[in-house]
Amino acid sequence: MSKPLPQPNVVTQRFWSSCKDGRFEFQHCKACGHNQFPPRLTCTACHGADLDWLPSSGRGTVYSFTVVHRAPLESFKADVPYVIAIVALEEGVRAMVNLRGVDPKAVAIGMPIEVFFEPTEGEYPLPQARPR
Amino acid sequence: MASKAVITGVADTAVGKVDGSTSLGLQAEAAAAAVADAGLSLGDIDGVLCGYSFTEPHLMLSSVVSEFLGIKPSYSIAVQAGGATACAQVMQAAALIEAGICRHVLAVCGDNRLTGMSRDKAVAALSEVGHAQFERPYGISVPSAYALVAQRYMHDYGVTLEHLAGVAVAHRKHAMRNPKAQMRQPITLEDVAKSKPISTPLRLLDCCLISDGGAAVVISAADAARDTRKRGIGVLGTGQMNTHEHIIASPSLTDFGCKQSSRQAFDRAGVTPADIDVAEIYDSFTITLLAELESIGFFARGEAGPAILGGALDLDGQLPCNTHGGLLSYAHSGAAGGMFHVVEAVRQLRGEAEGRQVASPELAFVHGDGGILSAHCSLVLGRN
Ligand SMILES: [Zn+2]
Repeated sequence: MSKPLPQPNVVTQRFWSSCKDGRFEFQHCKACGHNQFPPRLTCTACHGADLDWLPSSGRGTVYSFTVVHRAPLESFKADVPYVIAIVALEEGVRAMVNLRGVDPKAVAIGMPIEVFFEPTEGEYPLPQARPR
Repeated sequence: MASKAVITGVADTAVGKVDGSTSLGLQAEAAAAAVADAGLSLGDIDGVLCGYSFTEPHLMLSSVVSEFLGIKPSYSIAVQAGGATACAQVMQAAALIEAGICRHVLAVCGDNRLTGMSRDKAVAALSEVGHAQFERPYGISVPSAYALVAQRYMHDYGVTLEHLAGVAVAHRKHAMRNPKAQMRQPITLEDVAKSKPISTPLRLLDCCLISDGGAAVVISAADAARDTRKRGIGVLGTGQMNTHEHIIASPSLTDFGCKQSSRQAFDRAGVTPADIDVAEIYDSFTITLLAELESIGFFARGEAGPAILGGALDLDGQLPCNTHGGLLSYAHSGAAGGMFHVVEAVRQLRGEAEGRQVASPELAFVHGDGGILSAHCSLVLGRN
């Protein structure tokens, strides 16, 4: 059994295509200025429908994290212990990633990170993060 | 204040490892026992609200349950709000009664999550609540999502691993007084600390059980309740708040909708948290209860942990809480897990809690949390 892979739909296709080009894009509401992620059809702040896609700098900090010792699926068992983090990007959006290239014991809230793209078994790479 | 909706019957089945049990069988057993507890017959039930099942899922579970019971309710629907399901069933039942649509509503849940599926399968099934594109590819599980809350909560409010362990120990202490509880051997803070890591900072003993079990309550119109067998317990106030589903979309990792849902329930009942004599609050993980106790306002931020180590949740403490042993030590069988909290609150208010009875409680608070602190439903119950 393989890992769950992103299956883009009409709302998220732009995001995943941008990942292939090495960009992490979020939505920006032209009416109220709200930035949001994950992608939606409308703005979660003002419910307007006029949304732009903007690239993130990919820079942010660890907002929270956990070191997983008990994998939920067989396909993740070889990876334990692995780090799941919620990262806060400079543009004010948060995303879930795995933190790579760091000793799990050394991870801390507030740690500066940068997003990078990790190949998967599927068509689209996954945005992940590492210390910067 | 006299309420229009009163709880007239409660029951739960044996819990833990119940060999030969089925989801439908546990629901039917709990339903029949709750109706008998009320002194009614199944034919008196005109509304059925059921939860959901992992082992026998169905698109129309409440029709399946009614068909199995041999009843023909004039109102029937399944409720799916994760851990908030049981409280949401009671809230919905009270609304149906207040609207004059039903006279006696059966709210029933049950699942054989322990013997009906492997532990691996239960954990995998629960991980499917993660966001398909933006969480599940990262190996998220329900414990990991709560662990993300725990890590941030500890960072912001000085909560320690020992505070979390104290929550587990307090629940085991309650369960040891309850002959029906799944886990009754004593545990220490050290046992929790040494239990195997699941997803840091949560360890095995920070996590709820996986159990078989069913539970049901009957909610009746006050005028129809006069003929029932026992003192009716009033549904004095109800409230809900729903802020997100996935943890990546949560507005906060430390402040949750239980604050607003409990405020609604307290306001509608005309009481304050300080008036509550006994509380039964969703405890899927130690951090769940700690965050709820502080978000609801039973304790100031950062103060629940030290208070719990000092015995605040014990029978004679500041807030006797989860007196049956909770999801951490009594049992957790899906939607029924939350219904055990409702059943225990009613037993406490009726004075039927035997060796774990709180001294003459008048008001109880019950709370359910579904998802990752996503869907919240609160109840204030009282002796009418
Ligand atoms: Zn907007």
